[in-house]
Amino acid sequence: MSEITAEQVAHLAYLARIDLSPLEITNLTHDLGQIVDSIAKVSEVATADTPATSHPMPLTNVFREDIVVPSLTVEQALSGAPDRAGDKFRVPAILDEE
Amino acid sequence: MPNAEKKNRAELMDFDTALELFEPVLGFEVHVELNTKTKMFCGCANEFGSGANTNTCPTCLGLPGGLPQVNKKALESSIRLGLALGCEIAEHSRFARKNYFYPDTAKNFQTSQYDDPIAHDGSITIELESGRLVTVEIERAHMEDDAGKLTHMGGATGRIQGADYSLVDYNRGGVPLVEIVTQMIEGAEHDAPEIGKTYVAAIREIAKALGVSNARMEEGNVRCDANVSLRPRGSNVLGTRTETKNVNSLRSVERAVRYEIQRQAAVLAGGGTITQETRHWHEDTGITSAGRPKSDADDYRYFPEPDLLPMAPSREWVEELRLTLPEPPAARRKRLQAAWGFANLEFQDVVNSDLLDAVEATVAAGASAQAARKWWTGEIARLANVAGVAADSLVTPEQLAALIQLVEAGTLTDRLARQVLEGVIAGEGTPAEVVESRGLAVVSDDGALIAAIDAALLGQPDVLAKIRDGKVQAAGAVIGAVMKAMRGQADAARVRELVLERAQAIE
Amino acid sequence: MPYLTKLSAAALSDLLVRKEVSAVEATRSHLDHITAVDADLHAFLHVAADAALETAAQVDARRAAGETLNPLAGVPIAIKDVLATRDMPTTAGSKILEGWVPPYDATVVARLRAAGLVLLGKTNMDEFAMGSSTEHSAYGVTRNPWDRDRIPGGSGGGSAAAVASFQAPLALGSDTGGSIRQPAAVTGSVGVKPTYGGVSRYGAIALASSLDQVGPVSRTVYDAALLHDVIGGHDPLDSTSLTESWPSMAVAAREGLKDGALKGLRVGIIKELSGDGFQAGVTQRFNETLALLVAAGAEITEISAPNFEYAVAAYYLILPAEASSNLARFDSVRFGIRVNPHSGSLTSEHVMSATREAGFGPEVKRRIILGTYALSAGYYDAYYGSAQKVRTLIQRDFAAAFSQVDVLMSPSAPTTAFKFGEKLADPMAMYINDVTTIPANLAGVPGMSIPMGLAPEDGLPVGLQIMAPAKADARLYTVGAAIEQLLEERWGHTMLSQAPALTPTEMFASEEGAV
Repeated sequence: MSEITAEQVAHLAYLARIDLSPLEITNLTHDLGQIVDSIAKVSEVATADTPATSHPMPLTNVFREDIVVPSLTVEQALSGAPDRAGDKFRVPAILDEE
Repeated sequence: MPNAEKKNRAELMDFDTALELFEPVLGFEVHVELNTKTKMFCGCANEFGSGANTNTCPTCLGLPGGLPQVNKKALESSIRLGLALGCEIAEHSRFARKNYFYPDTAKNFQTSQYDDPIAHDGSITIELESGRLVTVEIERAHMEDDAGKLTHMGGATGRIQGADYSLVDYNRGGVPLVEIVTQMIEGAEHDAPEIGKTYVAAIREIAKALGVSNARMEEGNVRCDANVSLRPRGSNVLGTRTETKNVNSLRSVERAVRYEIQRQAAVLAGGGTITQETRHWHEDTGITSAGRPKSDADDYRYFPEPDLLPMAPSREWVEELRLTLPEPPAARRKRLQAAWGFANLEFQDVVNSDLLDAVEATVAAGASAQAARKWWTGEIARLANVAGVAADSLVTPEQLAALIQLVEAGTLTDRLARQVLEGVIAGEGTPAEVVESRGLAVVSDDGALIAAIDAALLGQPDVLAKIRDGKVQAAGAVIGAVMKAMRGQADAARVRELVLERAQAIE
Repeated sequence: MPYLTKLSAAALSDLLVRKEVSAVEATRSHLDHITAVDADLHAFLHVAADAALETAAQVDARRAAGETLNPLAGVPIAIKDVLATRDMPTTAGSKILEGWVPPYDATVVARLRAAGLVLLGKTNMDEFAMGSSTEHSAYGVTRNPWDRDRIPGGSGGGSAAAVASFQAPLALGSDTGGSIRQPAAVTGSVGVKPTYGGVSRYGAIALASSLDQVGPVSRTVYDAALLHDVIGGHDPLDSTSLTESWPSMAVAAREGLKDGALKGLRVGIIKELSGDGFQAGVTQRFNETLALLVAAGAEITEISAPNFEYAVAAYYLILPAEASSNLARFDSVRFGIRVNPHSGSLTSEHVMSATREAGFGPEVKRRIILGTYALSAGYYDAYYGSAQKVRTLIQRDFAAAFSQVDVLMSPSAPTTAFKFGEKLADPMAMYINDVTTIPANLAGVPGMSIPMGLAPEDGLPVGLQIMAPAKADARLYTVGAAIEQLLEERWGHTMLSQAPALTPTEMFASEEGAV
């Protein structure tokens, strides 16, 4: 049985910036425990001498030349913004008020 | 002083006392912004000062579906920078995602490098003012993309603290950076602040000499994070370090390191402990203040960037790039000072004014080194200062060399030469053309001078008599009148000779 | 002209090229059919009727002017909502992107437009392509045209249902662990996951970057090939895009129709993708198909791929890890919805967290949390690191297999379409359903699903999965077209002609009233 705790899930939710409800944390703690139990078996066959594969096709050295291509217009760039001020994206205060 | 700052103002220990009790251990992370035409992972222009969000695309805005493509020139610049720092260039290098949320980071991860940086294990030797040589070991230099720019609105100071909201411009988001990380620097002792300043200056100078960065600290092209910890004398256990972020001038690096040593020493001596944290440097007040403490929250969950492929720069390419490296700046300075025969102060003046390239090019164009130095650090620097521009943007080394040659040939006096310089700066042409068009050449036709002298002597008979009596200093009044009549375009020494001669000769 | 919707893309193309039918007529037929049946099926999240008719009119004008166009010009197509379209909302089935119209087109969408295909609209999907049933869409389920109480597969249930219900002859899908092939199997349609890098991912909203691949959805193998030829090929905007020049898939599919196309074909049957957990009717149809292949001259070999046992586990580490990072950009700053927290201060961090809480559905949250866990300090090596090693082992299994055989075959899915809600409560049961399709994504090899009959016990479609070595996509089309022809000759009809007739919405409503 996996060792995943509600505190751990709450911390993961903070890292992932999802404001989970207490009920969701309870449910996810349960789900995650089950899932992790089922998938932890990858370590059974992953021996030290097995190389890791991060890309399915073994390509290297794929580059772009340093040539400017047209950007979006400012209106296109901001077209989806939930909030804007002039030509900038507007976001709530970064720090908590003291 | 606002309350927040009062709270931040820490007790400091006297610097010398701090050094008696503790040994400072330093480390630096310097970010060099590359001057490629386009960004690191997309074809948007890498341009300072464009209208907000004009240099953005689905990739650098982090829109759903955007994908990165590596700028080959950025890789080339990173390799050259790595080579200039004496680093090994990795045979296999790759990008990794550093995951953290911040509104200036469009994808909410930074595309950086983790366990396979492009360059590693180098060193540079820097020379302090005392002549002490310090070798700084470079752990790694890795590529990454820059974040966008936040502007904090509302609140009293425009700072992040107390702001009502913030605005984001993603033009800088995705601009290529190379982060250069040193090994721990031990044995710095009293020189710690100067080592910080001199090291960052050296990195800046190397990047500039390579042409890979505009290397202007005031525009944020070179940014320094300074790590400082203190170890009690006699202990071999490292102290807890703080990381002071974004120290953005050479003087600030020096001040921030000194400040942290004094602050930490006071905390430790008072029985306190140092918190491992990032601190912010405040240029105006000259202090650092606590930022976010380092904790589990800094779990960046690095993993290999799946949208980009590994890089394996061929050894042939790396060697080709090695051949393009310029002479190391320190060696070049030694060589030029010796060749020009400048005194230390004269040479420092040129270096500090950022005019080494200009003087060198002027000498190469045929001027004498002293004349080139005198003009660049004198009249041209003065005019540049008035205009608020860089001296080397006013005239070209070739133009100045031509001007100096006219002076040396006697065609122009220094005073005339300054007028010619004005003409050149005003875009009236080459020095020769300005001399021609403004009619500024020295009058070297003795006939014209003699006529003017004779007229002046005869107009002032009392002066003529005094000169004839051997009161040579009386000649000054005549010389002045002649120079005025010649509208300054005469060589005063020659006028003087002729005045004395004509005083005896005329009837 | 309702018959136009029954035609394959190739047959419709013939009529268009011969100007016997106009693109506007073809488009209008499909739009009318969508109006009639989709209120019930809900394959589409957005229908762009006006823009489609306008595109169709332009194609007709160009044809009339004598221009030589792509054979598919004027043929309608449905687009999975995971692909960015500059004139239609693009939501990836998520609340967090509600109403978002991207300022750009995905490369594949741009290629469709350039070829003159008529974009009908955007199809439903599991949120961010996480799911095997389309039950995880924030906008409601899509029904299986074969049985309205059953799932159409997922994540691309909308594209598969649209094609299977004749609302479009073609659709685009995306396949990260089976999201094209499994819906094809359970709806009796054709779906292809190309070789990783064969089709551009630029503009496809990323689920797991190293697994995702865009591909065709259709009713015939040849139609899929025609579409593959339009969307495939190198794209410099996708660094993982392969640079080779590809053979024509359409030509390869026509090769499969020739006599003896299957003669001497070496077919590998994967031992690990059979037996327990496979529905009896699925196994039965699979064995019958193999018998047919043997009769046509193919050689069948049983192959063991021992590491396939670990594929689902590795997949459910790699996918959530990459997804947790890919989905970080949904932060209420540059696009998408913004939701303020119920309590606490309105800081940027709290607003982000509240937005992601409100905007993401339960399955997305589950996988983001799982992926965040798998990448965390202290767990990386055991989980993500190990999963990447398993990936190497699975690639080796494929390499060993393909040294003995030309293609590998298995059922596309262990079961026929299951009922809504059947697997929602148990995430692992849902995940295990992908056991057949996941290995191809982990290794990057191409895979295709074609119908191979109805399961006797429930009368629902069963899919045959064919896999080929990386870059040998053309082989899939040759073999797939050959088997499709063989099966249809035996049946005497196409699979989808057997689907129950759909009741137009209005009639359905009145019927319900009558009951």
